[in-house]
Amino acid sequence: MKRSASPRPALAVLGALYALVLAAGWIAPYDVHEQNRDLAWAPPTRPRFVDAEGRFQLRPFVYRQVERPGRFGQYVEDRSRAFPLRFFVTRPSTGRRHLFGVDGEARVFLLGADRFGRDQLSRLLHGGRVSLGAGLLAGLLAVALGIAAGTAAGFYGGWIDAATMRLGELFMALPWLYLLLAVRAVLPLDLTPAGAFLATTAVVGTLSWVRPARLVRGVVLSAREREFVLAARGFGASDLYLLRRHVLPQAAAVVLTQLALLVPRLVLAEVTLSFLGLGVAEPTPSWGNMLAALRQVHVLTSYWWASAPAAALVAVVLSYHRLASALQQLLGKPTP
Amino acid sequence: MRHLLRRLASGALVLAATSVLLFALAEIAPGDFLSALEVDPRVPRETVEALRERYGLDRGPAERYLAWARSALTGDFGYSFAHGRPVGELLLPRARNTLVLTVLASLSAWALALPLGTWMAARQGGWVDRLGLGASAVLLATPQLLLGLGALLLAATTGAFPAGGMTSLGFAEMGGTARLRDLAWHLALPAAALVLGSLPVLVHHVRSALAEVLDAPYLRVARGHGVRPARLLFRYALPAAANPLISLFGFSVASLLSGALVIEVILSWPGMGTLLLQAILARDLHVVVGATLFSAVFVVAGQLLADLTLLAADPRIREPA
Repeated sequence: MKRSASPRPALAVLGALYALVLAAGWIAPYDVHEQNRDLAWAPPTRPRFVDAEGRFQLRPFVYRQVERPGRFGQYVEDRSRAFPLRFFVTRPSTGRRHLFGVDGEARVFLLGADRFGRDQLSRLLHGGRVSLGAGLLAGLLAVALGIAAGTAAGFYGGWIDAATMRLGELFMALPWLYLLLAVRAVLPLDLTPAGAFLATTAVVGTLSWVRPARLVRGVVLSAREREFVLAARGFGASDLYLLRRHVLPQAAAVVLTQLALLVPRLVLAEVTLSFLGLGVAEPTPSWGNMLAALRQVHVLTSYWWASAPAAALVAVVLSYHRLASALQQLLGKPTP
Repeated sequence: MRHLLRRLASGALVLAATSVLLFALAEIAPGDFLSALEVDPRVPRETVEALRERYGLDRGPAERYLAWARSALTGDFGYSFAHGRPVGELLLPRARNTLVLTVLASLSAWALALPLGTWMAARQGGWVDRLGLGASAVLLATPQLLLGLGALLLAATTGAFPAGGMTSLGFAEMGGTARLRDLAWHLALPAAALVLGSLPVLVHHVRSALAEVLDAPYLRVARGHGVRPARLLFRYALPAAANPLISLFGFSVASLLSGALVIEVILSWPGMGTLLLQAILARDLHVVVGATLFSAVFVVAGQLLADLTLLAADPRIREPA
């Protein structure tokens, strides 16, 4: 039953996702704030190869979507004119290069538009920057805090150990989301986009120190008594040298696995906070506030493309889970 | 008995420390509920100060904590400025609603996870096992948020379930059984979403706990003696695998409550989660502290329950050698 899993496929998928999100400014055809009020909830634009006369064309093209006369929110394609899809275009409004785009008054919305007629694909990519970025940064913060607290507790023991572990127990006695919201309640409600991103990341990261701290403490406790560490101590090595050279490298496997488990949880934390209106707010896109549109039942039932962030979220979490289980098999299970 | 008393005392200590921590947190928050009045030019300064004095907001943090702790012991848990009522009055019905939802979801999840996990462990590597593992991996990667939205979608498209709330209009006029049926009808979707959210973790643990036991030498011996497979599984393996699962129940309460918060908000279940969110948006800090503290009460109670069950199930813990 034991299959030897390689972390490579999961790493490849995650690498591709992060690359997409990092290159959002280039891949996304439109600005995330650019509204087209006449294209509210427009469905995805279909790139076409066969024109009105039935001839195949090598260069794909799109038709302009126009509202069906007298029917608010229903769109038909205006077949009278084809707009060729151009690659590596420079957009006049920003002067920046983009992967693709169309000229004229047509719009290419590969994932449809949201309620203000903003391009859903562009918002998904830029929102991924916020959500994935917050998750990764918060994960690194949590692991850094965990290493600091776990090392202090395990290496020095005594009252430092007792105090750290008791504090950890208090954190564990509160359901994670209740704790997160209680701390968020203390911060101001209206923050600038950058402030909201930093506050969310800091709160989410700081509150997740307990598990990495416990795991690192366990490793440090056992490493401290190993013969070569005792020998180094006997030779007069300083505490800092011992930690850096002999003790902490042994915690690397545990920390890496823990990071792969933490990051998806913390991406979800940002998404949940923004979903509830307590994280990164409109008009800055984040997967959480994009999903918040689905709380309106008519959006949920009528516009399937509005749930694109959900698919992205599941893909990210699933890849991280595969990575974590592959790492666990490769590096050995962490002892809780 | 001594064991139980010690656990009770430590639980109470944890709750007391949590309350201090939460209160200190609320203390850091800039401003109070009356800050909005301060900037209102129509309200004279003296009025705000008089209000501060009336509600004791002009006193020091320690003094206010003690006053709050006294009111918590009488069941009031401070005062909600937004609602103009003691927090306890607001919180208790909400806590009851959350309890109804989570207890039902927890019972259903365990009732599903035990046979499923056992089945998978008994047929390791077979198609049931592989299908179960695959499904639980996908379910594990689906956030509670999306499960809640899925439930909402189901309610909206089929029309067979209410799209939120806890009771229909005219609930007060209904008879006993009609009330129960109405409540069950409203409970079905939120509870199902919550069950799906907690199921993969439970199935995984049940499977691995049983798989470990099934591999033990004494079970191989029993199998060699010709004990029937069903008896082997239910009489020999299941009790031996029970301990880690009972502890897991204690730990699962916290994540269940987190999941319930999201579900409550999406499906507008009038529980503690929705109350907490409203309180945060209204900067009603005593309600925030109260709701969070109550969630800790649930967690501590769940762990106590797990301890009691362990004590009842395992004589080795009951009578230490």
